[in-house]
Amino acid sequence: MNSTGLLLSILPNVVFTLLLLAGIGLFAFNLRKIIRNIRLGRDLNRSDNPGERWKIMTLVALGQTKMMVRPIAGILHIFVYVGFVVINIEVLEIIIDGVFGTHRVFAPFLGSFYKVLIATFEVFAALVLIGVFAFYVRRNIIKIKRFVQKDLDGFPRFDANMILFVEVLLMSAFLTMNAADQVLSSRGADHYISYGNYPVSGLLTGLFSGWSDGALIVYERFMWWFHIIGILAFLNYLPYSKHFHILMAFPNVWYSNLNPKGQFKNMDAVTREVKLMLDPSAPVPEADGPVKFGARDVQDLSWKNLMDAYTCTECGRCSSECPANMTGKLLSPRSIMMKTRDRLEEVGKNIDANKGTFVDDGKSLLHNYISAEELWACTTCNACVQACPVNIDPLDIIVNLRQQLVMEESAPPASLATMFGNIENNGAPWQFSPADRLNWKDE
Amino acid sequence: MELKVKTYAEYMAQGEVPEILFWVGCAGSFDDRAKKVTKAVAKILQAAQVKFAVLGTEESCTGDPAKRAGNEFLFQMQAMQNIMVLNGYEVKKIVTACPHCFNTLKNEYPQLGGNYEVVHHSQLIESLLKEGRLTVSGGSFKGKKITFHDPCYLGRANDVYEAPREVLAKLDAELVEMKRCRTKGLCCGAGGAQMFKEAEPGNKEVNIERSEEALATSANIIAVGCPFCSTMMTDGVKHAEKEAEVSVLDIAEMIAHAADL
Ligand code: SF4
Ligand code: SF4
Repeated sequence: MNSTGLLLSILPNVVFTLLLLAGIGLFAFNLRKIIRNIRLGRDLNRSDNPGERWKIMTLVALGQTKMMVRPIAGILHIFVYVGFVVINIEVLEIIIDGVFGTHRVFAPFLGSFYKVLIATFEVFAALVLIGVFAFYVRRNIIKIKRFVQKDLDGFPRFDANMILFVEVLLMSAFLTMNAADQVLSSRGADHYISYGNYPVSGLLTGLFSGWSDGALIVYERFMWWFHIIGILAFLNYLPYSKHFHILMAFPNVWYSNLNPKGQFKNMDAVTREVKLMLDPSAPVPEADGPVKFGARDVQDLSWKNLMDAYTCTECGRCSSECPANMTGKLLSPRSIMMKTRDRLEEVGKNIDANKGTFVDDGKSLLHNYISAEELWACTTCNACVQACPVNIDPLDIIVNLRQQLVMEESAPPASLATMFGNIENNGAPWQFSPADRLNWKDE
Repeated sequence: MELKVKTYAEYMAQGEVPEILFWVGCAGSFDDRAKKVTKAVAKILQAAQVKFAVLGTEESCTGDPAKRAGNEFLFQMQAMQNIMVLNGYEVKKIVTACPHCFNTLKNEYPQLGGNYEVVHHSQLIESLLKEGRLTVSGGSFKGKKITFHDPCYLGRANDVYEAPREVLAKLDAELVEMKRCRTKGLCCGAGGAQMFKEAEPGNKEVNIERSEEALATSANIIAVGCPFCSTMMTDGVKHAEKEAEVSVLDIAEMIAHAADL
């Protein structure tokens, strides 16, 4: 072989390697930005009790226990989830083949187990197709309420269907590639060795029986490239999509709130001031930096609130259990999470555009994204927190924004201002005299 | 049964230490409907010979509605003042018939220096029945259909689902569940300070949605464990014009009634 021939023969491997590096590099670049955005949030310690955290992550993220509360969606999701994970083992082989110019590099090492592996991949690819088909029908034909609600209008709805579409393309590429491979190997073509029967693609070989060897090789190669380029493109689509949850679910569940759901954080800054008010001579530690009560913008939320926003799958289980949402109020806990992410992305872009510092854009999460009407509709019932399959806490964001409305803007609804006044003056939310507290015993 | 209620101050004056503090709460002190529940709890404690005390005029709002509404200042002011009173008496154990007080005292006071063992009245009644300090038979509830409405701040907020059901099971009645129960229980609509304001614009009131669900079980009694749920469910039943057939009762009232107190 002369040097031009050698160059030509390794050209696909060079192209492949470059594509792979570019795809992974771009993803790493975007991931770093997201991590920076999450770090804009306030401090919060969520690293205590690692044993419990690993347990929760295994159950809820890996084992998807909260998905199974709704068994039909739960099982379909398991098909797609397990299928996705299993088929990624195949992607490893594709990458090695691509870089080194081998063909099915694992086959010789794994022997007959390779056949079992390929058969498993195929079965899962078929299950993914079934799951994705059912998901499409649920969203677009049966029109399940949580998928047709207004808060998904626009990009989010497109995003959801886009992902289903891409998964169909990827799985079809994988299965027809195997089918073409089989026809070639049955004809004894170079490189194409038989790996036994393929349970799903074996049914598709009929499609290719009339094709010439040349056409089959082109098809098989094309699908191979399509599959891997598709996966790299998909990887880089994740940071813009609700599908980012496939990565974020794991850390997000690990950092779950382990306290009882009814326990709201006590604000240390307030404790300091109240202690001083009750006893001006009390020794209280100084506050570090200016104190803000509650959250006006994303930077005032905790980093976990922001991680929650990037993890949200937009599944709407929270909103479908929310008493406010189901009775027609403006509040939707899902949309609280989506708006937090939208605003955080906007703040991130602002930082990028201004050489690393945020320049006030006259906007904030509160008011420009989330309205007081939404916030005041919440009953703090925790149904959304309970329902979320990836342990997101929309209620924590709601309460932080309420604190801003009340303590910084002094803008509670009039009736709540009255209630505050009653507690201050009478020690009860209604206008009763504290002297009458024990009257019940003689009534 | 003649009710004898003593305050902590009265016990102390006599040089005695009560077994438990009964935290009555604002609704339990002032709301006419909730006062009946307060008396039922007191009767149950007395019948079981539990040496209990109340704070009387020394009690003040826990601060729960202020905290949920975002007024952390007011909450902590209330909490610190209450903690001073409670710690002054060296209170160890508290029972309350209000899940909001229960949650706040149990989860949010410790960080501010108030550490107590806090139980909901359903939990205390359950243990009194188990220990044999209290006995009931079905009485007038025998054969009736009862459905229990989970209070958010007892259930999801603190994972207490079984104690109220265990107590109700003692009434020889048929316990039926609503479609949404336990972890999936639907709020009555009063939590998060909604009790003290008009609902935001929507197409239905939350309490009507929940009451319809309770009525759909065709239960004769909707059992509750929270003064706010009690108000909301009672209004919902009235709205459906079912108040003649269906009553809304707190588990304490039912136990007191069944035990002839
Ligand atoms: S806590 Fe608020 S947002 Fe969440 S389900 Fe309840 S009412 Fe809806
Ligand atoms: S917050 Fe959780 S339950 Fe709600 S849409 Fe997002 S992922 Fe689904």
